[in-house]
Amino acid sequence: AAAAAAEVGGPCRADGDDSLYPIAVLIDELRNEDVQLRLNSIKKLSTIALALGVERTRTELLPFLTDTIYDEDEVLLALAEQLGNFTMLVGGPEYVHCLLPPLESLATVEETVVRDKAVESLRKISQEHSPVDLEVHFEPLVKRLASGDWFTSRTSACGLFSVCYPRVSSTVKAEIRQHFRTLCSDDTPMVRRAAASKLGEFAKVLELDYVKSDIISLFTALASDEQDSVRLLAVEACVSIATLLPQEDLETLVMPTLRQAAEDKSWRVRYMVADKFSELQKAVGPEITKNDLVPAFQNLLKDCEAEVRAAAANKVKEFCENLPEDSREQIIMTHILPCVKELVSDTNQHVKSALASVIMGLSTILGKDNTIEHLLPLFLAQLKDECPEVRLNIISNLDCVNEVIGIRQLSQSLLPAIVELAEDAKWRVRLAIIEYMPLLAGQLGVEFFDEKLNTLCMAWLIDHVYAIREAATCNLMKLVEKFGAEWAQNTIVPKVLGMANDPNYLHRMTTLFCLKLYWLLFFENTFALSEACGQDITTKQMLPVVLKMSNDQVANVRFNVAKSLQKIGPVLDSNALQAEVKPVLEKLATDTDMDVKYFAQEAISGKVFHLLSLCKKTLNDVSRILHVRYLCINELCSSLLFTVLALA
Amino acid sequence: MMLRRMDGARMWHVSDIISTVEFNYSGELLATGDKGGRVVIFQHEQESKNRPHLRGEYNVYSTFQSHEPEFDYLKSLEIEEKINKIRWLPQQNAAHFLLSTNDKTIKLWKISERDKRAEGYNLKDEDGRLRDPFRITSLRVPVLMPMDLMVEASPRRIFANAHTYHINSISVNSDHETYLSADDLRINLWHLEITDRSFNIVDIKPANMEELTEVITAAECHPHQCNVFVYSSSKGTIRLCDMRAAALCDRHSKFFEEPEDPSSRSFFSEIISSISDVKFSHSGRYMMTRDYLSVKVWDLNMENRPVETYQVHEYLRSKLCSLYENDCIFDKFECCWNGSDSAIMTGSYNNFFRMFDRNTRRDITLEASRESSKPRATLKPRKVSTGGKRKKDEISVDSLDFNKKILHTAWHPKDNVIAVAATNNLYIFQDKIN
Repeated sequence: AAAAAAEVGGPCRADGDDSLYPIAVLIDELRNEDVQLRLNSIKKLSTIALALGVERTRTELLPFLTDTIYDEDEVLLALAEQLGNFTMLVGGPEYVHCLLPPLESLATVEETVVRDKAVESLRKISQEHSPVDLEVHFEPLVKRLASGDWFTSRTSACGLFSVCYPRVSSTVKAEIRQHFRTLCSDDTPMVRRAAASKLGEFAKVLELDYVKSDIISLFTALASDEQDSVRLLAVEACVSIATLLPQEDLETLVMPTLRQAAEDKSWRVRYMVADKFSELQKAVGPEITKNDLVPAFQNLLKDCEAEVRAAAANKVKEFCENLPEDSREQIIMTHILPCVKELVSDTNQHVKSALASVIMGLSTILGKDNTIEHLLPLFLAQLKDECPEVRLNIISNLDCVNEVIGIRQLSQSLLPAIVELAEDAKWRVRLAIIEYMPLLAGQLGVEFFDEKLNTLCMAWLIDHVYAIREAATCNLMKLVEKFGAEWAQNTIVPKVLGMANDPNYLHRMTTLFCLKLYWLLFFENTFALSEACGQDITTKQMLPVVLKMSNDQVANVRFNVAKSLQKIGPVLDSNALQAEVKPVLEKLATDTDMDVKYFAQEAISGKVFHLLSLCKKTLNDVSRILHVRYLCINELCSSLLFTVLALA
Repeated sequence: MMLRRMDGARMWHVSDIISTVEFNYSGELLATGDKGGRVVIFQHEQESKNRPHLRGEYNVYSTFQSHEPEFDYLKSLEIEEKINKIRWLPQQNAAHFLLSTNDKTIKLWKISERDKRAEGYNLKDEDGRLRDPFRITSLRVPVLMPMDLMVEASPRRIFANAHTYHINSISVNSDHETYLSADDLRINLWHLEITDRSFNIVDIKPANMEELTEVITAAECHPHQCNVFVYSSSKGTIRLCDMRAAALCDRHSKFFEEPEDPSSRSFFSEIISSISDVKFSHSGRYMMTRDYLSVKVWDLNMENRPVETYQVHEYLRSKLCSLYENDCIFDKFECCWNGSDSAIMTGSYNNFFRMFDRNTRRDITLEASRESSKPRATLKPRKVSTGGKRKKDEISVDSLDFNKKILHTAWHPKDNVIAVAATNNLYIFQDKIN
């Protein structure tokens, strides 16, 4: 409404200042009943502040905003974000502390996203405080939050220590450390969790001595908290703390806690260790990895909880990659591979599927001989897994193995698995495999594809589930893009055209959908290559088929003819359009069926033909844009019209 | 214990039946839910000088419609708006939050106060008349003015589509970020901030529903240990699960069951042993279960029998046949602890409710009804006569009114203040002062 008002407010009277009107609307809409309008106003807060000037922004706007914390989350979120960029609007860095009160109240709301955004903005503007202001204004705010009654404010405080610590005097530093310590042993688990998640960040800004004296004890305490939700966050902190400490201290200060976490009674903590394993591995370095992490990783791969095994399985490749080079192969072969072998026949499908998504990556690490001897049997086992997700994960990562051992080696076992998936009783599985077809085609090459997979792709076109037929149609187009027009002319087009005479009308419609997409694809390429290759053939071969289908006895087919003609109209040359297409559409426009009539009229009603004449005129200018627009087939007509009209 | 009715016990007139009662953590607020999907929150008024004999009353603080009747078109099922349970969240800022649930959908509500109102528009006067938009010469920023206190209840999140069967329990975890919800066959674990997914932690649905022999009747999280929860079953057993052990808690870590006394076995044994409510003590050491005729207190460290058993209305044992015929035998009575875990309370029929002192082993029957309890009057103990001869002031078993049942009760977490829901009336009683 504000934008509209700005336009309406054009005519100016003598005594009023019309430039104020849109701002006045924006200010009033800060309190509109419609959330969307309030949100809109908040997002333009800088415009309001600019109009008010720095003085009034500080004395009137900010106090108002400070108490506006009753609003919807999305409004508060936008407000919290805006205030982070408000320094110049309140008069620059010397006044930046004026932004603290509204952000302070936002930092206490219950909604985590809002609170986090307020903290983010506070962190941002903390940098714009002078060292003096930081101590006079910012640090007291942090203290207030840290000692607030409600845990929302205390959790927010946790995120602010690290930004003010480096820039304050040593006495204040001591206070900040004390506050952080207090929050680490807060009564509510919420606050302890917030402190645990900021522990690593805070450790980074602390002097090394304090890291050793303060942080380590806090870390140890949080890592043995009674609540596992707190303990698991300490694992994350472990990564940053380990990076900060010199190698010789790791063993005594961090490793006992890490070992304990890897064997924690709670699976959630062990899961976290597994999930962070690569980071931990990098942080503790090669020696500790060899001595400690390898056995720990083995244990995680054999964990009794499937979630933990799945998380660890996900890390197998990364862990192996990051092993020290001198002993990598030996460690993998003697320690990791036996566990991996067991996981291949795990009882839990999530574990197997996590493994399947990374296992192929091991082949590049182990090289051709090891892959053939040790990994290939595992791949094949997973390809035959009863769970389709596992098989899909293997198939989608085939390229890694392809590079190492060549596709022929795999193809014999691969193919039955793919065929099986392609004919799976669950249509979602079929859909998933269709989506991998272009990828597979690229990996296997045209020859192999024609020989083995082409029939499958054609079979999907007559699947009894629409979603499959639709996906199969799109898949064909992607294959055409990959293998080129000639391939399409020889292999796809005849089969698709043949389906036009199928007794099942659903299959006849599939022909229409294919042709439509194919045509548009061609048109796009024609423009891209600026050469009308193949257009004649398409027109000669396909147009008659489409036009003939306008006599189909099923109305659905007929109106889809009309719809298709509407879409492909712009691609045809004007002779064909006038001589062949127009009469057919006119005939359809008098059809007995309502829908057929409607779509035929829609097609005639000028859109296509009108568009076309415009199109021809400005063809050279718009060709590039059209090229882009045509990709978006559904929006084709409307957007094209828009583009053309805008350019004409 | 001497109790008397407070003036605050509103003759609060609703046709609808109260279906749940719950104090918040401080006891300052008391929430009730009813069959009409409404939630009413009462607030403890501060002590007033002109009425020093009262510790303070509970007055209506906020009323809102939590759930509406719905229709599941896929299953052709009506979904009642009745509030099955209310649970408060630990207070996190000036506002209060509670979870309310009907059979299918759990909602998180925020109850907050507002005492300021923004004033001053640019385009209209305070009385709402529009100003000439072309005569604006200066901008006005709204200013906040004090106003009468307004209490708002706003829905914050809706946790839906996770329960195939009827939700019987919700319980907030001590980690303050998750809660569980239980229906007849499954228990789900939710994150309070995530509405689009929950984790199924218990699933007792057999592959073949014809093999179904028991259902989950109640579930609760441990008050301190965030990984522990219990659920009770229609077979009279309680399972304690440790979420640390595995993501799926199909295998319990403790199993509480009292061996059945073969001499008292009857046709109704299984029905009356079904547990209708389970509650941890505030200390977390004990839990209490309510079955049809008794309340049992279990030590979490002893699985083979309860440490205490209290008979609620043993005189009904001879009436089970007629109670079966009028379906009363399937009534789900709840039970609650007092703040120091030294006493327990549960409901019965004829608007009677029972209290048991765990230290002295004394028990008392009291009645919540308008006739027998005047405001500020002291409640008299009631007695049911079981033998042939009826003493004065006693009521015979045969004249008990089984339509007047007290299913839901709540005890203030610190003080001796109790809330008792008797069909559509809420009674609040407090310990007699002086």
